[in-house]
Amino acid sequence: MIPSTLEYTKATSLDEALAAVKAGARPLAGGMSLMPMMRLRLAAPGAVVDLGGVPELVGICEDGDEIAVGAMTTHRSVANDPLIRQHCHVVAQAAAGVGSMTIRNRGTIGGSLAHADPHGDLPAAILAAGGAVIVRGSGGERRIDVGDLITSYLTTSLAEDELITQVRLPKGAGQSAYAKFHRRAIDWSIVGVGVSIGANGVRAAAIGVGDRPMRLSAFESVLNGGGSLDDAIAQAGEGLSPLGDLDGSTEYKLHLVGVLAGQAHAEASSR
Amino acid sequence: MATTERLQSGGVGDAVLRKEDRKFVTGEGRYVDDLKLPGMLHAAFVRSSFGHAKIKSIDASAALAMPGVHAVLTNATLPVETGVLSASNPGGDVRHPEQAILAKEFARYVGEPVAMVIADDRYLARDAADAVHVDYDPVPVVVDAEKALEPGAPLVHAEYDSNLAKTLEHVTDGFADVLAKAPNKISLRVVNQRLTPMPIETRGCIGDWSNSTGEVTLYTSTQVAHFVRTFVSIVCGTSEAKVRVVTPDVGGGFGAKLNTYREEFAICAASKVVGRPVKWIEDRTENAVATIHGRDQVQYYEAGVDDNGKILALKFDAVQNNGAYNQLLTPSISHLTLFMVPGCYDIQDVSITIRQAFTNTTPTDAYRGAGRPEATHGIERLMDAIADDLGIDAAEVRRRNFIKSDQFPYASATGLSYDSGDYQATLEVALELSGYAGFEERRAEAATRGKYRGIGLSTYVEVCGLAPSAVTAALGIGAPGWEHSTVRLHPTGKATVITGTSPHGQGHATSWSQITQTELGIPFDDVEVIHGDTAFQPYGLGTYGSRSLAVGGIALYRSLGKVREKARELAAHLLECSVDDLEWTGSSWQVKGSPDRAKTIQELAYAGWTSASLPEGIEPVLEATTFHDPPNFTFPFGTHVCEVEIDQATGRVEVVNYTAVDDCGNVVNPMIVDGQIHGGIIQGLGQALFEETVYSEDGHMLTPTLVEYLVPSAADVPPMTLHRTTTPSTSNPMGVKGIGEAGTIAASAAIVNAAVDALSVIGVRHLEMPMQPARIWNVMQEAKS
Repeated sequence: MIPSTLEYTKATSLDEALAAVKAGARPLAGGMSLMPMMRLRLAAPGAVVDLGGVPELVGICEDGDEIAVGAMTTHRSVANDPLIRQHCHVVAQAAAGVGSMTIRNRGTIGGSLAHADPHGDLPAAILAAGGAVIVRGSGGERRIDVGDLITSYLTTSLAEDELITQVRLPKGAGQSAYAKFHRRAIDWSIVGVGVSIGANGVRAAAIGVGDRPMRLSAFESVLNGGGSLDDAIAQAGEGLSPLGDLDGSTEYKLHLVGVLAGQAHAEASSR
Repeated sequence: MATTERLQSGGVGDAVLRKEDRKFVTGEGRYVDDLKLPGMLHAAFVRSSFGHAKIKSIDASAALAMPGVHAVLTNATLPVETGVLSASNPGGDVRHPEQAILAKEFARYVGEPVAMVIADDRYLARDAADAVHVDYDPVPVVVDAEKALEPGAPLVHAEYDSNLAKTLEHVTDGFADVLAKAPNKISLRVVNQRLTPMPIETRGCIGDWSNSTGEVTLYTSTQVAHFVRTFVSIVCGTSEAKVRVVTPDVGGGFGAKLNTYREEFAICAASKVVGRPVKWIEDRTENAVATIHGRDQVQYYEAGVDDNGKILALKFDAVQNNGAYNQLLTPSISHLTLFMVPGCYDIQDVSITIRQAFTNTTPTDAYRGAGRPEATHGIERLMDAIADDLGIDAAEVRRRNFIKSDQFPYASATGLSYDSGDYQATLEVALELSGYAGFEERRAEAATRGKYRGIGLSTYVEVCGLAPSAVTAALGIGAPGWEHSTVRLHPTGKATVITGTSPHGQGHATSWSQITQTELGIPFDDVEVIHGDTAFQPYGLGTYGSRSLAVGGIALYRSLGKVREKARELAAHLLECSVDDLEWTGSSWQVKGSPDRAKTIQELAYAGWTSASLPEGIEPVLEATTFHDPPNFTFPFGTHVCEVEIDQATGRVEVVNYTAVDDCGNVVNPMIVDGQIHGGIIQGLGQALFEETVYSEDGHMLTPTLVEYLVPSAADVPPMTLHRTTTPSTSNPMGVKGIGEAGTIAASAAIVNAAVDALSVIGVRHLEMPMQPARIWNVMQEAKS
């Protein structure tokens, strides 16, 4: 990697990290997205602050009717965690399928959300589960629903000086599953769909279909209105307009949304 | 059935573990980027971001103002004598446009080097390169070879009246009549897409020029060190005797390093300017545009076929995309396609026309298989089209067209003499091993799971062992095809083998040690193999075209024989007998029937060194050198059978079973051969399913990273069953043929044929590569509507 010149610091506490971010440093989590962007010089931060030495950002624990997941918890830890597997399977399953083992050992749940790549699996899975994030900045701490966090391509509603500290996953997500389609096992998903079937009905969210993770409203409302899965699948892509590219046309991606929503729903139902 | 059993005796035929692997798996390999010379500076290239543009001006002032930047060189200031040279001129009238080392007036493809920056470190060099301002005036672009040959297409080189680089033609007498009379005409258009070779180690080099002596040492990641030396001396204007080229460990090449590149010349010239060593290491994205590409050939077949499926006449018209310039062998690659158009079939009436076009793209050149995969893929698709049209089984069509085992040596319609073969034998073994006869049950079962299942064949022959020097000369290649070896026995009885081959993953240190053990009785572990340094070797031609064993291995075999015969004279002298009284035991000369009267090869090595008592006319030391020029090519062959399942919902093609029966003649190391076949099949699978180098209409590269250019990963490797038949080559005394490219040559057709067969139930007749899910889904939608 030949990035442009930059200043690197490694924070050892959250306060130190927040101070560095406030001073303009770009937060570096697992580095699985930021580093390739720096390699390609699509990102050229003058300073980065490595969050890898902040102990309070790592770990998974039960907290009332939610599971609290430290933002720097790796995909591998999320994928293997018994609590998440039991209560929020869609998230564990999405984490288990990210990239390769080496990427899962470094990539983090908070980094994935903050990076906001429209092809990232975790945001869709967390959105389907109805999760939220806790963020902290100089203005204090606040909670943002994941649906309100990612606003566009690589863009979030985080303030410049805010860091995601925790991801909150509901224990009441119900039965859930994640289905995705990619060309090779290690590739970004072309399309991915998370589905949860909880006490409040079906929630479904997809990535690869717009500039951010999108709820599949038509799919949800058909099923929540007592309609058939086939009808829901047929309408799954309604309101979405993914861009055609080397991976496939708009039409093909919309077709995949239906296929994957059907697969995820069937798997969630059988769990 | 596994062909590999791990035997450890170390002779020819044993699956001995590779002696070079320990250093590689423990991280002790030493590549160009591991070398650090005192005072070394670093280079970065400024590359064109336009597919075609006039260079109006270059402003380096901001870069030169950066502390630690030593020089910014352009075409006007780089001290070279000429541009990149090509060694290929089939027919003698190929258009060879000047390829200046740094672009002169125009940049003609994205990635073409326009300027170079020399700085204290690599990071600064990159920053400074980004600070060089080049004022471009974009001009019209053409990237598609067929469009480039249409009247009125933008001219890549304004000095010519068209983009035609060369037309290769070969028409047999009376062809038109035979084709006209054939009762069936079957046509097919086949696209062999552009590919990027993508070795794990990108290119890189260090130039170290001494201004006091005019000597230059170039460390470079190449398959052809001696070619590079010859060309550096010409381009940089110094005596060839003053140029030393060193290839440390090379992390793969696939043909991409069978070349001499602008950066190799530029780095030497830059070192001359700054008076210090200069290093350049290509990054992965740079590699995607700066290193040659492969394939990019569009083919039009028309076969005249009798009612039994026998091809009577074959017309082949193709357009080859040469890219913006001719590299070392560019015009010869599609010439290899021309030779192999008839494949393993007895087709004596052919008409072949290949038009080579310049376009605003990275030059194409040799990529694993180099011209033969194009021929094989096309004819194997054609065989299935014939089977489909006439309602004949795909295996049966091939049986009816094969060259028969009693026809060898076989004179092909394109002028080659196939050495040996039994094509039907490998086919029958492959059909048996793959369960071809029971396939329809598997197709029916898969349908119940929402999958279209298909089976496909690829029966291939290829040409290896490049090449008889008289033939390379006749083909317009300005280089010979022989290979060198030296065998040197030391006083302690150990052996050094110096080879002109240039391994970059092939395991020559192991195979050459095995040959030495078998031919001379020196144990495998007592043999050291040296390669890749022009200071230590006489001229070597290098490693490419599956030539190393069939040419370099034979050079070694002959040197070992010379040493053994010299040892015999010495033994006869020491044992006081006639040479005719001696017999070779495998490791010693002994008096026939008297095991107690013998001299081991180690004793004879010592005696040859001490020279205390030598026979009349015999020089000291057991050492021999051979320059072996092969009398003919070799022709490996085989049958691959692939089964795929296609998901009806998504169009995903999955290879679920793969059987390869190959015949590469006699085998030195079965494990290495298995590895070559495995790797080759996976590379062919990459072409069939994943890989494609894509340009936009305006010349931009759309697949510059491994996120867009998909090479197969470990998880994409299908189950493979390997088997071999053995038909020794008659072109050399070891009966070996070559196996480095066979898997790649065979695989893409087997996989595509299987996919077409799978979709034949909905009326699909042809599929293009890569068969990505979206493309297959579109085909399925069209077929259903």
